[in-house]
Amino acid sequence: MATIIIPTPLRKFTNNTAKLQITGGTVESSIKELTTNFPDLKRHLLDESGHIRSFVNIFVGDEDIRDLQQEQTQVKEDTVVSIIPAIAGGN
Amino acid sequence: MITVERSAEKIMYDDAVKAFPDECCGFMYGHEDAAGNRMVTQALPINNAAVENRKRRFEIAPKDYMKGERHAVENDLELLGIYHSHPNHPAIPSEHDRVAAQPFFSYVIISTESDGVKNTRSWVLNSDSQFDEEVYANHLTNTNKI
Repeated sequence: MATIIIPTPLRKFTNNTAKLQITGGTVESSIKELTTNFPDLKRHLLDESGHIRSFVNIFVGDEDIRDLQQEQTQVKEDTVVSIIPAIAGGN
Repeated sequence: MITVERSAEKIMYDDAVKAFPDECCGFMYGHEDAAGNRMVTQALPINNAAVENRKRRFEIAPKDYMKGERHAVENDLELLGIYHSHPNHPAIPSEHDRVAAQPFFSYVIISTESDGVKNTRSWVLNSDSQFDEEVYANHLTNTNKI
């Protein structure tokens, strides 16, 4: 099983769990599995067309999936997937 | 309510003054009690990674965010929120702040001018993705600075 790390602000939607086991496959299927198990996460991770929101970064290991194969990036059994909220703003 | 220990507040204020006229940003750590009251015991300044217009924008790089989460685990603290400054602007969240804001986190905004910190207020996103203000206090004075 692969591991997915949930950032602090989203843990209230995963029963305060920081690390979850997922089947793997691709990032897309992993996120789908996650949002199926925790439906309240969906609006924080996916946009209206079902793609990962622009304010959410997904890292596989230490690499941003935007530098890999985007949502089709492979997730293997020993992969650690990190969900990283984009922290930005200004006046 | 969010209470910030004076030592943490000093780090945040020093960061805001040093960064002026640019925006500063950083993490706030501590604990939350069962009633939802937050006590910030540590502040950690982070590099403002905004590529353009740092006078009006801040950004925390993803790898810095990962380090920030790790710091919480290693020190048995909770990552309670983000602070940033608004140089020459009030401590009120902008639309840029709201659109990018995360649930749960406290967003402490420090209004600064050329002669120092003017005002500090804290905001939390509600379930309708709008900001609600939370009472901000520091540990010594317990003063609500609204």
